[in-house]
Amino acid sequence: MGALQSSPGQHEYGDLAEKTGFSFRQIGVLHTRFKQLSHNEETLQRDHFNEIPDLACNPIRAQIVGAFFDRRNFRENGEGTVQEIGFEEFLVVMSHFRPPSLHMTQEQRESVRREKLRFLFNMHDTDNDGTITLEEYRHLVEELLSLSETLEKNTAKSIADAAMLEVASISMGHMEPDEFYEGITFEHFLKLLNGFEIESRMNIRFLRMDTTTLCK
Amino acid sequence: CHYSRPSPSPSTLLLLLLPSTKPPLPERGLLLLMVLVFLEGSVLPLGAASSPDVTHQANSDNHIVKEAGHNFTKKPFPVLSLDYHHIQAPFEISLWVLLASLMKLGFHLIPRLSGIVPESCLLIVVGLLVGGLIKLAGEQVPPVLDSRLFFLCLLPPIILDAGYFLPIRPFMENLGTILMFAVVGTLWNAFFVGGLLYAVCQIQPGNPSILHQLELLPCLLFGSIISAVDPVAVLAVFEEIHINELLHILVFGESLLNDAVTVVLYHLFEEYAGVGSVTVMDVFLGIISFLVVAVGGVLVGAIYGILAAFTSRFTSHTRVIEPLFVFVYSYMAYLSAEMFHLSGIMSLIACGAVMRPYVEANISHKSHTTIKYFLKMWSSVSETLIFIFLGVATVEGPHNWNWTFVTVTVILCLVARVIGVVGLTYVINKFRIVKLTTKDQFIVAYGGLRGAIAFSLGFLLNKDHFPLRDMFLTAIITVIFFTVFVQGMTIKPLVELLAVKKKQEAKRSINEEIHTQFLDHLLTGIEDICGHYGHHHWKDKLNRFNKKYVKKCLIAGERSKEPQLIAFYHKMEMKQAIELVESGGGVKLPSAMPSAVSMQNIQPKKLPPAKPAERALSNLPKGREEEIRKILRSNLQRTRQRLRSYNRHTLLADPYEDGLGDLLIKKQKMIELERKIKDMNNYLTVPAAPPDSPTMCRARLASDPQAYSMKPEPDSVPTIQVDLASPQSPDSVNLMDEFRRAEQQHEEDQGLMMKPPSGESGPKKPGEEDGSREHKLMRCLSDPGPSADEDEDEPFLP
Repeated sequence: MGALQSSPGQHEYGDLAEKTGFSFRQIGVLHTRFKQLSHNEETLQRDHFNEIPDLACNPIRAQIVGAFFDRRNFRENGEGTVQEIGFEEFLVVMSHFRPPSLHMTQEQRESVRREKLRFLFNMHDTDNDGTITLEEYRHLVEELLSLSETLEKNTAKSIADAAMLEVASISMGHMEPDEFYEGITFEHFLKLLNGFEIESRMNIRFLRMDTTTLCK
Repeated sequence: CHYSRPSPSPSTLLLLLLPSTKPPLPERGLLLLMVLVFLEGSVLPLGAASSPDVTHQANSDNHIVKEAGHNFTKKPFPVLSLDYHHIQAPFEISLWVLLASLMKLGFHLIPRLSGIVPESCLLIVVGLLVGGLIKLAGEQVPPVLDSRLFFLCLLPPIILDAGYFLPIRPFMENLGTILMFAVVGTLWNAFFVGGLLYAVCQIQPGNPSILHQLELLPCLLFGSIISAVDPVAVLAVFEEIHINELLHILVFGESLLNDAVTVVLYHLFEEYAGVGSVTVMDVFLGIISFLVVAVGGVLVGAIYGILAAFTSRFTSHTRVIEPLFVFVYSYMAYLSAEMFHLSGIMSLIACGAVMRPYVEANISHKSHTTIKYFLKMWSSVSETLIFIFLGVATVEGPHNWNWTFVTVTVILCLVARVIGVVGLTYVINKFRIVKLTTKDQFIVAYGGLRGAIAFSLGFLLNKDHFPLRDMFLTAIITVIFFTVFVQGMTIKPLVELLAVKKKQEAKRSINEEIHTQFLDHLLTGIEDICGHYGHHHWKDKLNRFNKKYVKKCLIAGERSKEPQLIAFYHKMEMKQAIELVESGGGVKLPSAMPSAVSMQNIQPKKLPPAKPAERALSNLPKGREEEIRKILRSNLQRTRQRLRSYNRHTLLADPYEDGLGDLLIKKQKMIELERKIKDMNNYLTVPAAPPDSPTMCRARLASDPQAYSMKPEPDSVPTIQVDLASPQSPDSVNLMDEFRRAEQQHEEDQGLMMKPPSGESGPKKPGEEDGSREHKLMRCLSDPGPSADEDEDEPFLP
């Protein structure tokens, strides 16, 4: 349905499809949504995201929106943030949530895992230094708890501390008392969420969308 | 008429056996088993036999008295008399329960057997034996699998146990698949088996057998009885094979949810089998009836669940009867649903699943433990009894063996199941993200066991309407035996052979919980950005509704506002504390690794370690803190030293060697306890929060959420304080007491590390001294650990 509307031609979709793995139909639907969000402009900015009403009650809204403007997620080995994104970047970020196809080798599955976990890691590592420090982790826990009225700063802190301790224990095993654990690197992060089965959990069913279910 | 009865030979046998030489343990178990079976087998017919004797005797006595008229014949006063009839019914019930429990005990005494043969098979064999014994004694076998007894007493505990502890998350995630298997799969099975059976029965034109009498509708009825996967059998077998969560929930969920289908089909065909024809209208009504039965059952269960949750909100002063509410409300949900011919099983599941989160937030820890253990106990005994009764009922019959019918039934059941699963999976996989592989399909198909529900339903059939009822029963029993014995016994080796993924040890770590929640919010956000009202969107809406309205109604006090992450964290803290104290040396803390990573390793280095603002104990005057740390350092340093020099592998000799063995065990346990205290010490930072905040209520390491009150400490040290004088329930767990008890145990070994000034373990007295002692102990738990500058050298073994 989306592909029949005025769209930048099939060949461009072909490039996108190859790059992101979406089907033409999915790309078409997402394009429609993109145009809806950006009020038919060419690029999306952060304010456009903030207009989505349902997103307002999400505790990690800022991080989600931030992920769209984070160049590390554009698969181009870039760094830093941008102020506005085009449809291609939008699609690339979305492609992190594509379900894995049925017939995949173990290697492919592993690489899908790494990719998704990398996305999560980038969301946590806000200062872009390659590790998640205790402060960043604390911030994460506070965000998660920010929905409840009684925000217990101390409890959030102690939860984050306990979590960090666990990561350190899993990754480092034994540490001398004067050693300092810098932060969670990507490898430690992988090890931590080893049993998490993220390749089957971090997915959105893109195929199910059609224009009739699109809301404001 | 005489009072004599055959002298109880089994008990004399027992007496003879006792003084004999002691055989080793497994043989003793086997002996015990045999003796008990013999005993039970003979007492029960005694019970059946004695009552006519007694009544006869009583009658004749009366007769004599009446005859005598005015002159009473004076008998000597009966010093000891036997009146079995008086207590017969409860006595026999107790005997059966005792038999079941002893059997369960016995099987675990014989180690190799329980590994090869699943318990359910062994129990059926025992039932066969007992039934055989009763029959040999010439007595009437009691109708043990009477449908009323089964459906009203034996089945509910098992289902409630399953429903209360149902893992909601995987269940909901796979609900579509489960429903497909349960509804469509069962329908397919029923019609396939029933239809083909009818066809087969008609194709013997040569010799007219009784099979020709069998009409279509009774066949379909039979098909619907035999096609339902049985939750009891599935639970019994799957529990032992520890398969991965997805498969477990698929098969188990299917067995629970197909009850609605079975109920409707059964009633539909039974109703119309007499008439002989079913019209389209009836089919249509059947479909509506199915919806009513299923949805109605769930609604009834949910209503009772909410009532139970609401009641539990007010039980803070009567903790003792909390478990009773859970049980009674659930049972009433079941009975109410059965009253309206709705699906009792679904209602029970809905009740348990709905009430659980709210009830658990309201009740005390001890009540929670009570509920858990009572449910496990009842369901275990019920399950055992059901299998034994199956065996007994098999012996009794009534049987009508017909080779064709039985073998065709068995084959058709298998074939139907396989085709059904394969076909449905093909359709389902189009909609699933995580597809079901062939291995999964095989396990799902192979795990479709039939059980006692099928038998009871068959038993319920009216003999007048269904002249071939006996044949049905025989076939049902054969299928049950086949699935339980053949499939039940071989599924474990097959799982090993096919290398099916096993259940991962549930190590619920705080990180996984954080990321689970994070992922939930992330996916909801992405769905909102895509504008797609998907799965996550609705789940999120439901959660918000729950938090905003429902929790406020149903959860008492402060806990209604507690976010899930915090609740999880506190639950884990408490669990670890209790495990630590209770184990004293055996249990591994689930998520704290036995490493020497401590809090100071992760504190940012740029801040000096003694900076008060960073730490939880921020307002301590410097001197006091130093004093405490010095005490800790001296005590815990010894621990670290011991840990380094003690290598468990150098512990030689059999720990059961007298004297030395005991000493070594004690040492070992003590070391473990100290090590764990140190770990816990590092791990649990119980912050000093303002008094009576919701956090504090949960952070107190005690079992009753609202039993403690906080009093400000006179010497201006804001700490966590356990006020021993406050009115608390006498049976609440007091961590101080536990530590004290632990330390009493090890007093003589002189190895005590976490030493509060040794005091009396007597009655608690509130006082400054006790208060400060408690302080120190509690503070020890939150201190981030000693620094490594001191190195004491102490000999390990004195």
